Amino acid sequence: MSSSVLYDAPGPNARVRNRIYTVVGSLLVLGLIGFAVFRLADRGYFAPEMWDIFNYAGVRTKIRDGILSTLLVFAVAAVLSLILGALLAVARLSDHRPVKAVATGFIELFRAIPLLITIYALWVLFLTYKDDLGFIGESSAYWALVIGLTVYNACVQAEVLRAGVNAVPKGQVEAAYALGLRKSQVMTMLLIPQAVRSMLPTIISQLVVTLKDTSLGYIITYAELLFAARMLANNTIVNDENPYVPVVIVVGIIYVAMCMALSSLATWIEKRGRRAKTGITPAAAAEPLEAPGVLDAGGGPLGPRVEGGPEGTDGPVGKKN
Amino acid sequence: MNVLLDHLPEFRDGFIGTVLLTAASALLAMVLGIVMAGFRVSPVPPLRFFGAAWVTLFRNTPLTLLFLVAWFVVPAVFGSGMNPWTKALLALGFYTSAFVCEAVRSGVSTVPLGQAEAARSLGMTFFQTLRMIVLPQATRTVIPPLSSIFIALTKNSAIAGAFSVTELFGVQKLLSDKGFAIAPIFLWVALGYLVVTFTISGLFRLLERRLEVAR
Repeated sequence: MSSSVLYDAPGPNARVRNRIYTVVGSLLVLGLIGFAVFRLADRGYFAPEMWDIFNYAGVRTKIRDGILSTLLVFAVAAVLSLILGALLAVARLSDHRPVKAVATGFIELFRAIPLLITIYALWVLFLTYKDDLGFIGESSAYWALVIGLTVYNACVQAEVLRAGVNAVPKGQVEAAYALGLRKSQVMTMLLIPQAVRSMLPTIISQLVVTLKDTSLGYIITYAELLFAARMLANNTIVNDENPYVPVVIVVGIIYVAMCMALSSLATWIEKRGRRAKTGITPAAAAEPLEAPGVLDAGGGPLGPRVEGGPEGTDGPVGKKN
Repeated sequence: MNVLLDHLPEFRDGFIGTVLLTAASALLAMVLGIVMAGFRVSPVPPLRFFGAAWVTLFRNTPLTLLFLVAWFVVPAVFGSGMNPWTKALLALGFYTSAFVCEAVRSGVSTVPLGQAEAARSLGMTFFQTLRMIVLPQATRTVIPPLSSIFIALTKNSAIAGAFSVTELFGVQKLLSDKGFAIAPIFLWVALGYLVVTFTISGLFRLLERRLEVAR
């Protein structure tokens, strides 16, 4: 138990005190939850009729369609953002000044602008030029969401990959050049595979962000899960009221379940990777940092933990050099 | 340029709205996050569990969903006397508190155990250890992640604009609804956010430099 800096192993007095805190704390937490449940029940939100709506096939179909369209956007945006992210990372590491400058500018710009602003601007743009855009114009909300998510997440993924590339020991690159490999070979055979491997937990954590951000489709009225749920609650009336609370609770559980499945995959890969004796420890399964320039230092706050670094760190902290 | 000059009041109100909302929810997130981090490192199991559940729940929920919760579930529990601004504040503050909690917690756990052991063996009390040994070191490690959390918060506050709170995204929406070309509006609104985020990262970099010690 004495694994914390904050307190020693508890003695008899402390153990009694802790037990009292345990009881008081549990009562407080339970009281809070109880209060919320009581108030909701008081307003009739736990009446059987309210929850009966989920037994109707129509309601279930709507929620299912919502989940499917959320997953469709997520899948397309995830794949596209990984591809574009890899390209941007390579471009940013390029030796050619103009290529590097363009990639850097693109990444910094779209990483700093709220995703919603980008998505909304794209949506309005697509709606304005609806007729000239062909298949994009026909489902402008879908494409605005997909392209917005792709651009933003590609920029973040590019930075993650770059941090991973920078964390590969220099000696390996020197050895590769000494063997006569070209730059493209060094990149594809040496740097990218190791960067992906060490950054996989962070990459997946960013995919969780992508999944969460698909809910921005709600605002541009794309029929993803949240929008479908809102419409469902709007169009249903039980006991003279719209069943917002039950619908929000159910949809919330679905979202949390989907995201937790992905996050636990990231944590699992991180734990698994730490067992491997490659000398490159995987990054923590946490979202990458957002501050401009924070990722610049190779193996900085985001980078894989240095061997012999502080033990028991759970987040992407660590002294920036 | 014309869009900006002709609608300067809207842009100004939007900018102030974004700054106010960001500052207020950053404050709320700091308070809640530090309390939750306290729970997570406490020796009391139910509080630890509550902290962990809090972080897991809020980190895995889309912010838009939290806005819906603030709009429909919170009034059902606490009565419907809240204005949109307060609801947006609650959604943003609670969401961000989970990230603050994790940053603070990992900041505390980067302080080597030996430091506290040495302090105790010198006869320092718990609060002396906390104030003079653990917190100063933890603060320094927490600052870089906090800066990025608040930058993310600034960007997330855009969602509030979609829920009829006056801020920059609301301005973008309003003006593009009025039929102005989206590209210039986009540029000006984006610039507004850039000003806020660069201010935050600058402030934190200053803070970091002031707190820096040779280690």
